[in-house]
Amino acid sequence: MSTAVENIPGVEVLDESLESQMTLSMGPQHPSTHGVLRLDLRLDGELVIKAIPDIGYLHTGMEKLFEYKKYQQGIVITDRMDYLNPLGNNLAYVMAAEKLLDLEIPERAQVIRVLMCELQRIASHMVWLGTHALDIGAMSVFFYCFRQREKILNLIEAASGGRMTPSYFRIGGLMMDLPAGFERRCNQFMADFPEAMNTFETLVTGNTIWQSRTMGIGVISAEDAIDWGLTGPCLRGSGVDLDLRRDNPYTGYETYDFEIPVEQDCDVWARFRVRMRECYESYKIVRQALDRLRPGPIKADAPKVVLPDRDDMRKHMDSLIHHFLIVAEGFNIPPGEVYMPIEASKGELGVYMKSNGGPKPDRVHFRGPSFVNLSALPVMSEGEMVADVVAIIGSLDIVLGEIDR
Amino acid sequence: MTEQLREFVDKLKGGNPNWIMEVVEGHGEVTVVTPRESIAEACAFLKNEQGFDMLADLCGADRGPEEDPRFEVNYHLFSTKHHKRLRLKVLLSEDDPHVETVTTLWRTADWHERETYDMFGVIFDGHPDLRRILLPSDFDGHALRKDYPLRGYEPYSMN
Repeated sequence: MSTAVENIPGVEVLDESLESQMTLSMGPQHPSTHGVLRLDLRLDGELVIKAIPDIGYLHTGMEKLFEYKKYQQGIVITDRMDYLNPLGNNLAYVMAAEKLLDLEIPERAQVIRVLMCELQRIASHMVWLGTHALDIGAMSVFFYCFRQREKILNLIEAASGGRMTPSYFRIGGLMMDLPAGFERRCNQFMADFPEAMNTFETLVTGNTIWQSRTMGIGVISAEDAIDWGLTGPCLRGSGVDLDLRRDNPYTGYETYDFEIPVEQDCDVWARFRVRMRECYESYKIVRQALDRLRPGPIKADAPKVVLPDRDDMRKHMDSLIHHFLIVAEGFNIPPGEVYMPIEASKGELGVYMKSNGGPKPDRVHFRGPSFVNLSALPVMSEGEMVADVVAIIGSLDIVLGEIDR
Repeated sequence: MTEQLREFVDKLKGGNPNWIMEVVEGHGEVTVVTPRESIAEACAFLKNEQGFDMLADLCGADRGPEEDPRFEVNYHLFSTKHHKRLRLKVLLSEDDPHVETVTTLWRTADWHERETYDMFGVIFDGHPDLRRILLPSDFDGHALRKDYPLRGYEPYSMN
């Protein structure tokens, strides 16, 4: 895998006599590559002439594994893809299966899904901001960000039992209802969060060093951004007004009142501003979702697909039989294929799911936003300084677990 | 939703009726099966005339070694203007898994096509740099083919 730049087709070998030129292999253990990403950088002094990302170090064959697991077992695998946004992955996967099954999801489950996904989006953006600032050299921001993220992870843990691997959404609804006192704890977090955002704005946004490290760096035009398939904050930072929560609405997002932040500068700064403003919008959505929480069922009325409640199993014979069949044999999904895109924290997360009628999928493919966004790294970083490549990687907000799958 | 998608299919038919082999509808999505010779032309028509300016995803699928045609390549087209999605599908036989590249239309196809080549062995003619992307360059076989065992043939060593 570690091919020298000279051996890669399409890369012209530059004049070797120039002593200023060198090839730098950055990563895969480099801390600011956010995981195991390796970059082949062709440098002229400190100027990047050519950047070639090399991925696959974390490849674990998840798409192959899906084909050997029942539909409900696949949810657990999705947690491990984009591990900063596991609920988003859960949602895309279960919604693809629900689309194939034509399931109706009850109102309360939809609201909880939106609530949890937006909390997760804030948590994901907190990690992004912390590590992005750490890369550029502002260390303390990291601690403030992770403090907020920890509060959200505690909420997710309270609901699902897992901090990083919740597997909270199930095909047809949720694993279980929110625990008692969740709303109070969530409100507590909500009360503190605006103050924390003020801290970040003071620490980072007004900081002249931050501004000079991000403004005018890693520019990609709107046209190029669409051509390279950028989505999410990276696309909106290039001035394209596109958000699947509004444009291809799912889980009832069309009924929430929120704005889509768009910035026109096309650089690292613009992507930074988009994500910061998104935190406020997610905050607004969480507020509305909390107001909408009404008692009601959290599972679809489909006894052959959704696991029955424990209580029902003790009282009803048919519930016990359904439970046994779902766990032992799985449930069949009629033949067909769907593509289910959602707006994850990093961009369009699409799940292509194909069923051949059995209890296991024929093919599951994840279109990871990180994978596609990273492919545009060379366009953004060529012509920039080495130190700026670090800033650009940070602004892309990549997660290697999702890129390599 | 499907009504508007049908209009795009009609327009595609108007562009050249030979581009369409079969139209499949289901779950609010429309799939157009396209002969492999004309996939790039059909994509160019949809991109330039119908506003499908983004290639959201490109992925392969294996129907199994006993099937002919065995491989599928799915193109998920998306428009940033009218926000509609259309799936184009190309069917390829095992003996001749060649299809024209669409990297000339969307540069995002670069990595997607490399991944499909890596996992299924589908060869995209005209791709500027078709080599493995996720698996090591000396890996034997194509891991997502149905006849490739889950745990591989032997423990893989990085030597």
